[in-house]
Amino acid sequence: MARTLIHLPPEPKRGEVIDIQVTIAHPMETGFRSNDQGVPMQRDILTHFECRFEGRTVFRAELHPAIAANPYIAFAWRVEGPGTLSFTWEGDKGFQQTETVALKVA
Amino acid sequence: MSAALTAHPTRRQMLAAGGLLALSVRPAAAQAVLEPELREAIARWCQGAVPQTGRITLDIAPLVENGNAVPVTLRVASPMTPTDHVREIAVFNERNPLRDVVRFHLGPANGRAEASTRIRLATTQHLVALARMADGSVWQHSLEVIVTLAACIEG
Repeated sequence: MARTLIHLPPEPKRGEVIDIQVTIAHPMETGFRSNDQGVPMQRDILTHFECRFEGRTVFRAELHPAIAANPYIAFAWRVEGPGTLSFTWEGDKGFQQTETVALKVA
Repeated sequence: MSAALTAHPTRRQMLAAGGLLALSVRPAAAQAVLEPELREAIARWCQGAVPQTGRITLDIAPLVENGNAVPVTLRVASPMTPTDHVREIAVFNERNPLRDVVRFHLGPANGRAEASTRIRLATTQHLVALARMADGSVWQHSLEVIVTLAACIEG
């Protein structure tokens, strides 16, 4: 399991537009580099990120090798109410990880 | 001053002419003539729509010291209502090994058309950001970024 950081305001108001920031520990190996022995290193990147609220997709990103290591993504979301936000990353070599946050609304 | 230029111009005249030439060439160079490969990538994404300049802003430092992780923010002037919102934002580059950088899919649920990430830049180059609206129109913003230390491609 890769380490993730998910940052959002602790108790936003319903209808408020908040910033959601997420980071995941991942090398995002481009596939264009060689190791010390000159052997090409296999591509290993995250290709998809998706944020869902109560199962409905609210934001989606397609990532390419030009995204820096430990991908950071920030986006806005209008708070619909209390519920579960889920964050899913998918990538090469069958990578898949989902984190969930129970959102409280003031 | 052209009248002053004789068949054998003096050194001073040549220098003055050179200065004028540089001045007149500059604005044309700033009009960002994009590489064919980049133009093709953009055309594929546009799906027949002709990009118009405006509405989208690609926010990035004009002078980048380290190309390994460059913060970028995309903003689009849009009310983000069910009828008028940004559907997709795409960023393309000119001189990385691949033209694609990132694509964001948005909708009215976002409330604000804004997204950020950190990207790699192999060298000084043009970047193009495009936004596709709910009505199918495409808007673009292109700029040049100077990179002093490139993202390592060799290892």
